[in-house]
Amino acid sequence: MIKLLMTILLAAASVPALAALQVFATVPEWGALAREIGGDKVSVFTATTGLQDPHRIEARPSLLAQARRADLVVATGADLEVGWLPLVVRDSGNANIQPGRPGYFEAARYVTMLDVPAVLDRSRGDIHAAGNPHIQLDPRNLFRIGEALAARLGELDPPNAPAYQAGYMAFAGKWQAAILRWEKEALPLRGVPVLAHHDSFIYLAHWLGFKTMGTLEPKPGIEPTSGQLSGLVARQQSTPAKMVLRTAYQSDGPSLWIAEKAGIPAVMLPFTVGGTPAAGDLFGLFDDTVQRMLKGLR
Amino acid sequence: MLHKPFVMAALLAASCGAQAASDADLAAIRSQIDEMKKTYEQRIAALEKKLAQAELDAQAKPAAQAEARSAAPDKPAPGPVVAAAPTSASAFNPEVSLILQGQYVNTKDVPNRTITGFWPNQLDNLRGFSINETELVIGGGIDPYWRGRAIFAVNDGEVGVEEAWFQSSAIGHGIGVKGGRYRSGIGYLNEQHPHQWDFANAPLMYIAMFGPEASFREDGVQLKWLAPTPLFLEFGVEAGRGANYPGTDRNKNGVGAWALYAHLGDDLGVSNSWRAGASYLRTSSDSREAEFYDINGLPALASFTGDTDTWLADFVWKWAPDGNPKYQNFKFQSEYFWRKDKGSLNCSGLGSACDPLAAGDTVGGDYNTNQRGWYAQGVFQFTPNWRAGLRYDQLDSGVQDLGANAANLMVEDYKPKRATAMVDYSWSEYSRMRLQYAQDKSMFGITDNQWIVQYIMSLGAHGAHKF
Repeated sequence: MIKLLMTILLAAASVPALAALQVFATVPEWGALAREIGGDKVSVFTATTGLQDPHRIEARPSLLAQARRADLVVATGADLEVGWLPLVVRDSGNANIQPGRPGYFEAARYVTMLDVPAVLDRSRGDIHAAGNPHIQLDPRNLFRIGEALAARLGELDPPNAPAYQAGYMAFAGKWQAAILRWEKEALPLRGVPVLAHHDSFIYLAHWLGFKTMGTLEPKPGIEPTSGQLSGLVARQQSTPAKMVLRTAYQSDGPSLWIAEKAGIPAVMLPFTVGGTPAAGDLFGLFDDTVQRMLKGLR
Repeated sequence: MLHKPFVMAALLAASCGAQAASDADLAAIRSQIDEMKKTYEQRIAALEKKLAQAELDAQAKPAAQAEARSAAPDKPAPGPVVAAAPTSASAFNPEVSLILQGQYVNTKDVPNRTITGFWPNQLDNLRGFSINETELVIGGGIDPYWRGRAIFAVNDGEVGVEEAWFQSSAIGHGIGVKGGRYRSGIGYLNEQHPHQWDFANAPLMYIAMFGPEASFREDGVQLKWLAPTPLFLEFGVEAGRGANYPGTDRNKNGVGAWALYAHLGDDLGVSNSWRAGASYLRTSSDSREAEFYDINGLPALASFTGDTDTWLADFVWKWAPDGNPKYQNFKFQSEYFWRKDKGSLNCSGLGSACDPLAAGDTVGGDYNTNQRGWYAQGVFQFTPNWRAGLRYDQLDSGVQDLGANAANLMVEDYKPKRATAMVDYSWSEYSRMRLQYAQDKSMFGITDNQWIVQYIMSLGAHGAHKF
């Protein structure tokens, strides 16, 4: 009886080893990165799309079913997914993807975080203790994250470790060239003052050197109020912003209102892979982001 | 400068990895590395210059240095990757949160509030301003194998242990074990605490099934298994003390109540998701007492001894445009229950029809019921702050066979109904104010127009809510 049980257990345990490594990415950018590095060695499930606010995701039954079968969860961390991922991981009954295990990967651990709050108090809005979690918009962060991810994939799937390493190297080479190109293209954006719906673009601003003069949200996670919006329009007199940015998942109403009152373009940026049709992969994401901002400048 | 050792380490790591690859791969990787090395070295030189400038600059912001650091792509390849410390809500280990909840209620004054045609559990007749129990939640990981959570309900002069359980985190194979005091996983609403409800009070059916608390709580163990299928398929079994209504505490060894359930769920496209469930609960009672009325309208005490079987079916459907619930979303939920009591009823009461001589007589007889009910509700969030919802409740007293006591006790055949409308406003995820109106016909001959203004505020750790 025990022998039979052991045989069944062993058989069950060996099945995932034969198939591709199952990766559960919380947001599209990590799904895309895992595909770049892992190629056909990984099978990637992405829990959200570019049109969904990553702060507000429901712990849907389908996510539990996918987490149950995952070998690796790739999350942003820094509390971005705190509203749903802990529950999904907890209720998945999957010991391998629990925090602290090799099957749980947080990208934010590998980059330098910006906007780390000095004081934690909800009266300042929905702030993240670890800093602003929208780290994917500085493409330079993807070197460190990609390198760590390749190592982690190799740790979970040792026979394919060289392939993951090679996958990362190939990606890093192309990425380096692309970054140089984007930086050149985006030179006109240096020093340009902008407004943003939410603090979604601080890593992008940090990389390209444009300046975020204010956010339409009075506090992080609190919807734009008419007082906040008219205050920003009034400030246009003294410190004019050149455009107002929003992500694909944010409502266009507030930024269009500002755009009309202040006579500046409202620019929707893909924010992540799949945010716009052109942002089909990581390269497309930054191609489209830079192009859209340059268009806004004209 | 640390950059050159970094490059060396990266190259070393890369070449180690490459040995396992074929010669062609090796050559390709080498040439790529050479190319990268050139690019990186140019870049490092530029960065070193930039960093030196930043250091010279007395007003250099920390951000500039951060940029220089984060811009260097050639970090050494990490050897064995350090296990990631979670930066989730458990960074505050343990997570602590406090729920403040209270209301203003305007209803008819009904001193003996019950649901007509059902076991007469005494319900609240609280009017005017009041606060609910203040809930204090403490939870977190215990060690790599277990996590725990306790919910204390603080009321005037007393602290109740609402829930206190431990849960496995390292068993794997889709298995989850929970032990202690917990809300049973039967039905849909049963596991939810009042602050998670979409209306200010519970559906009538939950009050009929589980009494004023509107949830079946257990001291026991729960075993759940999530199937390794792309479709969400979950099974659960619970064994417990079964001390709460519809069971009673029976001071015995062994299991007092059993629960079984299965859940099924999935997405339909990107905008829709659903979950359906079926549950069964077996409880037993030893002298479960309640105050009935006899055929003359005088109070009489009845006590039930026997078994109760409850079956539940539940369905939840959620919709949000593009699956982004922040701005607009809709939630539909409906549950149906069917319950059978089977046993005996003892009737007593000095001077009542069961004991007309006031001699302490009791009348025993069979007690069999077969009752059912359902509710359906829809809640639409039409802006990030505003939601509105409608709910309809209906129960059916069904069969109430009192055997020998049919001649002594009065029970009525009745279909209790209630229609509810609510609108609520949330300043953020943590604060909500609600206005609710209900036309309640849960008691025979009474139409109660109920108005409730309610607030729900939560402090502390983010609690992720179940689907």
